[in-house]
Amino acid sequence: MTQQTLQSNWTSIVMPVLTRIAVLAAPFVLLAVAWQIAASMFPSYLFPSLIDVFLRFFKIVASWDQFVQVLATVGRIMAGLAGAFVIGGAMAIVMARSRATDNFLSPILTFFQGIPALSWVVFAIIWFHGIEFRILFIMIMTTLPAFTFQILGALRAVPKDLFEMVLSFRPTKAQMFRTMIWPSVFPEIVTAWKVNLGNAARVVVVAELVGATGGVGYELLQQQQLFDMAGALAWTLQLVMFVIIVQQILTWIEVVAFRYRAISERSL
Amino acid sequence: MSNAVSSLAVPAPGSKASEPEIRFEHVTKTFGRSESDLFRAVDDLSLDVYPGQIVALLGKTGCGKSTMFNMIAGLLDPTEGKVLVSGRDPFRNFDWYRGKIAIVFQNDRLLPWRTAIENVELGLEMLNVPGAQRRETAQRWLSRLGLGGHENDYPHALSGGMRQRVSIARAFATNAGLLLCDEPFSALDEMTAQRLREEFTSLVRENGKTAVFITHSINEALQIGDRIVVLKRPAKIAYDINLTADLGSAEKEAIREKIRDVLSA
Ligand SMILES: Nc1ncnc2c1ncn2[C@@H]1O[C@H](COP(=O)(O)OP(=O)(O)OP(=O)(O)O)[C@@H](O)[C@H]1O
Ligand SMILES: [Mg+2]
Repeated sequence: MTQQTLQSNWTSIVMPVLTRIAVLAAPFVLLAVAWQIAASMFPSYLFPSLIDVFLRFFKIVASWDQFVQVLATVGRIMAGLAGAFVIGGAMAIVMARSRATDNFLSPILTFFQGIPALSWVVFAIIWFHGIEFRILFIMIMTTLPAFTFQILGALRAVPKDLFEMVLSFRPTKAQMFRTMIWPSVFPEIVTAWKVNLGNAARVVVVAELVGATGGVGYELLQQQQLFDMAGALAWTLQLVMFVIIVQQILTWIEVVAFRYRAISERSL
Repeated sequence: MSNAVSSLAVPAPGSKASEPEIRFEHVTKTFGRSESDLFRAVDDLSLDVYPGQIVALLGKTGCGKSTMFNMIAGLLDPTEGKVLVSGRDPFRNFDWYRGKIAIVFQNDRLLPWRTAIENVELGLEMLNVPGAQRRETAQRWLSRLGLGGHENDYPHALSGGMRQRVSIARAFATNAGLLLCDEPFSALDEMTAQRLREEFTSLVRENGKTAVFITHSINEALQIGDRIVVLKRPAKIAYDINLTADLGSAEKEAIREKIRDVLSA
């Protein structure tokens, strides 16, 4: 291979990646610039310089006993989502199989969907003692309706003609699940996780107000009392970063799970 | 897998000596949401299909042919009357027919998340055929249907006719004794269709299978059927004839004429 083809190969691989990163970064750069302009005009307790914010951000990551707080919150998000997924999945399966159960549970879940996260916080404090249990309860109650409806929707959307085709081979229940149900609901479930992850990350800090002595919500409360805007932003960014990372992982899973799909050369 | 095949005797086509493989007794099937809004897809249909027969079903579009298939397959329960397959009610003894019925659906119904070969393996998986043997059987069927080299293609990357052939391979790979084919060769060019019709007839004849196939082509019915049943709407027999192997072209022409008459009536 000549020097030149090596060179052009190298650019043909690297350039698209760089372009992608640039496109992704552009809106954030714009946001940062706007913030920096605000920071130069207002006192730093209102708009702290982003440099301070990032320094605080990396301090949190670097110091174990602060980063543990982030991990605690992440653990609460994941525990809540896992609980809601298992319960919601079970309810969705029952609802998909029985119209009566659906008629009974759907209005209740819709009713729950209207209850604000803060109300669940109050109920949890009045009803339960253990702090972690309170948080788990709040996380599950706030994410359960959406999860259930999404899984139910995925089950309902299993194509009837494909289902009957598989059925015509007389599969066992397990075979039916493995060959038909799971592959057709799996991509929808990943999407449901993506949606609920965002919700859960927003609810968890509220849930942590039930008296948690650690976690991002607790730390945010501290920053509020100290009137420390840079700290508040740094802790918020921890959560945002977590959401972005997990969303990206889920997106990769989605891409792999959907690899069989035809891609139209025209967009919608 | 072969138990269903071996249990089927091969009497002369149309012979009424043996028990019917498929029996419709005054079957009516209605669809509808409410009592007042019922749609009659099959109306008081009685029909016997004997083991070893290849029955061609003809009938205008929407006359209830696919609905009949769904009742034979145990996917639909007749509203009135009785459907018996191998002497049993297919809707109530659903699992008993594992490995005994294979269906080529009107649309290919391939699982989009499975490659061509994985789609063909589906029925064999239900029969717990070991992996290597499954692959080998599926491979053989794909090659036989001219799809060698496309094993690992996903359905979206196959043409309509290729997909239809994958679905034929999927049905035939299970080696079931009763074949239900809903317009199996309709999405194919004439050359391929002709080759597959010959394959189909020899497959059914050699293994003593029973087959019912739906077609809109009178010629196809005459070529592969040893019995032709013409339905009118809602599904009810309008014409039923056994064909003998030594049919002259004049007789064939007469039958063709008669079927045309019945269909246009
Ligand atoms: N699940 C259903 N609900 C309501 N009506 C139905 C249903 N299935 C079939 N029908 C009606 O029953 C009639 C017969 O349908 P069927 O699919 O059996 O026709 P067909 O003979 O296979 O037609 P084609 O040759 O076009 O495939 C049609 O008029 C159709 O509208
Ligand atoms: Mg049809």
